[in-house]
Amino acid sequence: MQDQNKFNYIIQQADNCLILGQRLAELCGHGPVLEQDIATTNISLDLIGQARLFYQYAAELQEEGKTEDDLAYLRDAWDFKNVLLVEQPNGDFGKTIFRQFLYDTFSCYFYEELMKSSDERLASIAAKSHKETLYHMKWSGDWVIRLGDGTEESHNRIQQSVNELWSYKDEIISVNAVDQEAEKAGYGVSLELIKEKRNEKIKAVLEEATLTTPEGDYAHKGGKEGTHSEHLGFILADLQFLQRAYPGNEW
Amino acid sequence: MNKNWPLWEVFIRSKAGLNHKHVGSLHAADADMAIQNARDVYTRRNEGVSIWVVESTNIAASDPADSDQMYEPAKDKVYRHPTFYNLPDELKHM
Repeated sequence: MQDQNKFNYIIQQADNCLILGQRLAELCGHGPVLEQDIATTNISLDLIGQARLFYQYAAELQEEGKTEDDLAYLRDAWDFKNVLLVEQPNGDFGKTIFRQFLYDTFSCYFYEELMKSSDERLASIAAKSHKETLYHMKWSGDWVIRLGDGTEESHNRIQQSVNELWSYKDEIISVNAVDQEAEKAGYGVSLELIKEKRNEKIKAVLEEATLTTPEGDYAHKGGKEGTHSEHLGFILADLQFLQRAYPGNEW
Repeated sequence: MNKNWPLWEVFIRSKAGLNHKHVGSLHAADADMAIQNARDVYTRRNEGVSIWVVESTNIAASDPADSDQMYEPAKDKVYRHPTFYNLPDELKHM
């Protein structure tokens, strides 16, 4: 392994992309209306595409002759470093939307910073992903506003999701040892910078959506260190079943 | 009251300089959503660079029952096509 910390740093974001992509993929064929079914599936594919670019790079750094598939399909739950937010269940459409919005407001500004990474490969993955994420944030943000400023029922239901997911908002911008070392080495980003921009965006959208910002800033943590909610095991069972049951199978 | 979102007709320009062409229709609550939905439904395989949407109710259409009087009379008026000119050989792509 050339650079263990860089590997860990890449895996964190790769896992966020893969697990949220998998969550959204569950909606394929089950979206609330045809047009939004396709929208969520498109976003799912974008995220899985981003995950692949990161895993491919991570597998190269690992120098163990492994591929992106080994990283996606053959690691166990405690090896995954995604935040708890992205493994939360889809719930109703409001919950899917607000989870997406909390993620998009991170990834959009994260990629904006990562584009300036001293590591050219990371910078180019970020540039490609940033364009996709800009659209994701527009889509999820518009929907937060529509539902919040919609009917009484849509307002109440998305407010409920805002309240439920609020404590999962900040893990993604919490700084761990991997982030610290990555930023110091120049290939990582400043999460502090992202936090400010992100909070402003979230505040503006909630206001326009006539939604109430929950009080308190308690944040669930653990995902970035590999301590997950019970949901991740089920997600991986779906995601990894085929490779586990029929090793090396392809189609 | 109809509980479905209104229907929109979608027109896509496949590249700069070409016309917008009708590609299909979709449901959306308003024009903004219709454009976003059209982007997701009709341009995911690189089909376009520009989208127009128009609510289907705003399109006035000819009545198929009037086909005879509307289109038949043009059929025997071949002289309306510029096919009786002798074109010089140098002229291509006509």
